[in-house]
Amino acid sequence: MVAVIVSARDLGRSFDASAPLIQRLLTRAPRLTVRAVDGVSFDVTEGTTFAIVGESGCGKSTVTRLVAGLDTPTDGEVQRLGRMGQPLRTQMVFQDPVGSLNPRWRVGRSIAEPMPLSMDAAARFARVSELLETVGLVAADVAKFPHEFSGGQRQRIAIARALAAEADLLLLDEPTSALDVSVQAQVLNLLKDLQERLGLTYLFISHNLAVVRFMADRLAIMYLGRLVEEGPAERLFQAPAHPYTRQLLDTVPDVANPRRNREPLAIDIPSPLNLPPGCTFHPRCPLATDLCRRVVPELRSRPDGTRIACHAVTDEVVS
Amino acid sequence: MTPGSSYLRRMLDSDLIWQFRQAPAAMLAAAVLVLMMICAVAAPLIAPHTPFDPGTLNLMDSRLPPAWVDGGSATYLLGTDEQGRDVLSTIFYGMRISLAVGVAAVLLSVTIGVTLGLIAGWFGGWIDAVIMRMGDVQLSFPTIMIAFFIDGIAKAVMPPDLREMTRFSVVILAIGLADWVQFARTVRAATMIEKNKDYTAAARLSQVSSLKIVFAHILPNTLGPVIILATLGLGVAILTEAILSFLGLGMPPTQPSLGALIRVGNDLLLSGEWWISMFPGLALVLLVLSVNIFGDWLRNALNPRLK
Repeated sequence: MVAVIVSARDLGRSFDASAPLIQRLLTRAPRLTVRAVDGVSFDVTEGTTFAIVGESGCGKSTVTRLVAGLDTPTDGEVQRLGRMGQPLRTQMVFQDPVGSLNPRWRVGRSIAEPMPLSMDAAARFARVSELLETVGLVAADVAKFPHEFSGGQRQRIAIARALAAEADLLLLDEPTSALDVSVQAQVLNLLKDLQERLGLTYLFISHNLAVVRFMADRLAIMYLGRLVEEGPAERLFQAPAHPYTRQLLDTVPDVANPRRNREPLAIDIPSPLNLPPGCTFHPRCPLATDLCRRVVPELRSRPDGTRIACHAVTDEVVS
Repeated sequence: MTPGSSYLRRMLDSDLIWQFRQAPAAMLAAAVLVLMMICAVAAPLIAPHTPFDPGTLNLMDSRLPPAWVDGGSATYLLGTDEQGRDVLSTIFYGMRISLAVGVAAVLLSVTIGVTLGLIAGWFGGWIDAVIMRMGDVQLSFPTIMIAFFIDGIAKAVMPPDLREMTRFSVVILAIGLADWVQFARTVRAATMIEKNKDYTAAARLSQVSSLKIVFAHILPNTLGPVIILATLGLGVAILTEAILSFLGLGMPPTQPSLGALIRVGNDLLLSGEWWISMFPGLALVLLVLSVNIFGDWLRNALNPRLK
């Protein structure tokens, strides 16, 4: 049975980017708000990987923090449905393996942190050792400090900590982007393997399309705080419909065809402080029309199970 | 999770100890400091005389010069003061008071400063603004003036018979309250950095309470610079106490600190009895100098940017 365990409904988060009060009064500058996330809706199904892809600054990390409950949305809500009426437990694996572990705590203590307080010391120790072995380290590592490990090892320790809570949902915020390519593969294989063995659910954030293709079951493309396209990952990779998705896929370096003629994204990403009117993608879009410059396209469902926010793409299935 | 015995082994094997062995000045300072601390703590056991027991004093022996000067006596190695008290012994007892006041005052500053710094850094907003502006206002007065001020208030509110008894606590309070700002600033800055690190977010996701996050995660990560500041602050606190005592606001003559001893001898300096204030003065210089040299070394050793 497929069960949705987290559902984002019209999620929005604005940040106040105004100058300090006194300066604002002196220069008569208006208040400034940045809409980091705007009208984002998606469902995460149990046992699958939902990936969000986008350029830096598009709001994908903010979405994760909202889903985790580390931040509160200014609009909409996150429905944390959980498994069979239980409250949803989330854990997170962070991008930076240095900051994600307390440097003064032995890793065993860090891994044991999410465990229930009712557990006794012996049971904790046994579980921590087991988790260390699960992520490919040895039980003797419990007594070491984070600085004694490499970045990839630290990331695996962070994964062990996330597993310790037996969380329903693991939020993976670019878990491999700070790692070497060879180590990336190791960590991704581990995550994939754990998902198969333990039936884990992932919300996976990345800007790396190759990584996403390996991990994702469903994929959402985010651009300047909005979802532009969402659907089954393979479908999106096979037949990207939104012009942004197409350009994004086009930028992926291809080992088999290294010197192909790539369409560069024409101009820089606009400032989130000063978004273009209408579809925010229109200044970079080859298909932009007058309509695109005036009206924000809504995310609508298409017959092939994907959703898209674009005026230019029609509903006939492209292949 | 693991037996605590390995902590000691790790500590002795650490980079810090290795660096200490490479720094002769720091080792000398530490040795002098340890020696002076032993003299201070064990004063009743090792001082040649008991200078504050009037029964053992002999007025005939007053104002004797040091042993190596004409008229000196081997019984009183560094001479005697006006009342026939042995200067060496009064220095031992004086260091005891100076060190006790200094350590207690620094502990008080650290406690206040760390607590306020954690609160300001963790909560931010107006709480932070109120605490830090309070600190800014206090920093615009010289430390010694704050100490005068607190001392004056304590004198004004207390009945005369209590004043003598509470001198010790009042001096500690005056110096301790005057010096918390630097600790608060340091801890606040570190707290603001640590609270935004991912391990704090991970703890929040694991439903760890804010209080526990602050004490178990953030506090230990802010203490490095606090230890350095506290060491350097000890020198300052001892000096502040000496200044207060020298001006007659610190420890009473019945419980003289080094500063009070200098003050007593100061009146006799011009009449030729230089040893009464000179030796306590030298002891004070040596004490503060070793504290500062050790503190400076510690600051350099713990600062990764200077390596």
